[in-house]
Amino acid sequence: MKPAAFDYVAPSTLDEAITILNDNPDAKIISGGQSLMPLLAFRLAAPSILVDLRNIPDLDHIEISEGEVRLGARVRWVDIEKDERLRTAHPLLARAIEHVAHYQVRNRGTVGGSCCHADPAAEMPGIAVACDAIMVIAGPSGVREIDAASFFAGALQTNLEEAEILVAVRLPRFSPGRRWGFEEFARRRGDFAIAGVLVHFEIDDHGRISDAHVGAIGVGDVARRIGAAEDALNGCLLDPQTIEAAGLVASEDIEPMDDIHAGSDYRRALYAKLLQRVLHVIAGE
Amino acid sequence: MDITFKLNKQAVSVDTEPRMSLADCIRHEFKQTGTHVGCEHGVCGACTVIVNGEAVRSCLMLAVQADQSDVVTIEGLSTDEELSPLQACFRKNHALQCGFCTPGMLTTAHVLLTNEPDADAERIREVLSGNVCRCTGYVGIVEAVLEARAAYAKG
Repeated sequence: MKPAAFDYVAPSTLDEAITILNDNPDAKIISGGQSLMPLLAFRLAAPSILVDLRNIPDLDHIEISEGEVRLGARVRWVDIEKDERLRTAHPLLARAIEHVAHYQVRNRGTVGGSCCHADPAAEMPGIAVACDAIMVIAGPSGVREIDAASFFAGALQTNLEEAEILVAVRLPRFSPGRRWGFEEFARRRGDFAIAGVLVHFEIDDHGRISDAHVGAIGVGDVARRIGAAEDALNGCLLDPQTIEAAGLVASEDIEPMDDIHAGSDYRRALYAKLLQRVLHVIAGE
Repeated sequence: MDITFKLNKQAVSVDTEPRMSLADCIRHEFKQTGTHVGCEHGVCGACTVIVNGEAVRSCLMLAVQADQSDVVTIEGLSTDEELSPLQACFRKNHALQCGFCTPGMLTTAHVLLTNEPDADAERIREVLSGNVCRCTGYVGIVEAVLEARAAYAKG
């Protein structure tokens, strides 16, 4: 339960960090360490050097402008929880993040860490994928931006290149009338979800749904949108028939895994039920 | 690596291996063994300490990351002579049996009540959900924290 030996540096600029990563191909980045430290303790990861981002300025800001919410990579869950502006600027983010881990972990765990750890059941990758996030990445050849769906490659895998650092997650701001919902199920408070649903859409003057986004966590090897459920919602009234149909097609569209926490069929049924529950709650508002 | 931090109001320095957790550093280097190491991978909450006023799991933080920080452990919450009001409430409400989880419960609850002296039972349960106790069933712990609120009330 003790990590293998490693060196440790805490550079004070992003460029310096990138240089160190470039010179040490098996280096790992650490920030809050809430995902990495258990991996080190179990020796599932044994990097030769840890590069701590804690002295790099400006990565811990939450910036909210007219059109977007920009979360620096070192923004912690507690920062999101305490930022009252997010309750209107991005209420789905605020709600989903309430479900991340426990009190102590929330004081250390970060947006960037969760995205780069890429647990398929984690809330932040789910938010990124379900909310059209743009991932801002700094690397040896400068800064690039990719959409969240292209960022996540699989369970605990991203498409970050060598020596690249995720520096921010940009989320389009929610319009005031946007409808949204979040629901997840875990056996114990703070555990990773067995399945989780993220939903948001517009409803026009005639009561019809448009721009539906239906996200899923915990039911595949990567957070993803459920296109079939979005198709079942777009253009329809948010009535019991639509809700029933959306759950049905969603359960057919996902390929959940079996593991010690739940079987594939259970996850499939759970996801459909959670989606229907979220939609009923939105319809009842 | 040489690090310096405040441990229970005392400035301390140590030359530590980067891989040493803050929990091990506090226990092995400074012999303050009130901080308990349970699971060593961030699940049980027994090792909770207070870093810069926030409750953190000291097994999920490297000692080198605590450089220049203000660290408070269970030893810093009371004097040798007298229990703190929170500790006294734990004793009165039978909020511990074997006592292994208790340092983590106390550090966590201390931060909670310092910041949220009006926390209700639901909030207390939510916050303490990150601290595992296998003896008490939590009822006594929640009652103890509820009773201790008076000692933290602002005013």
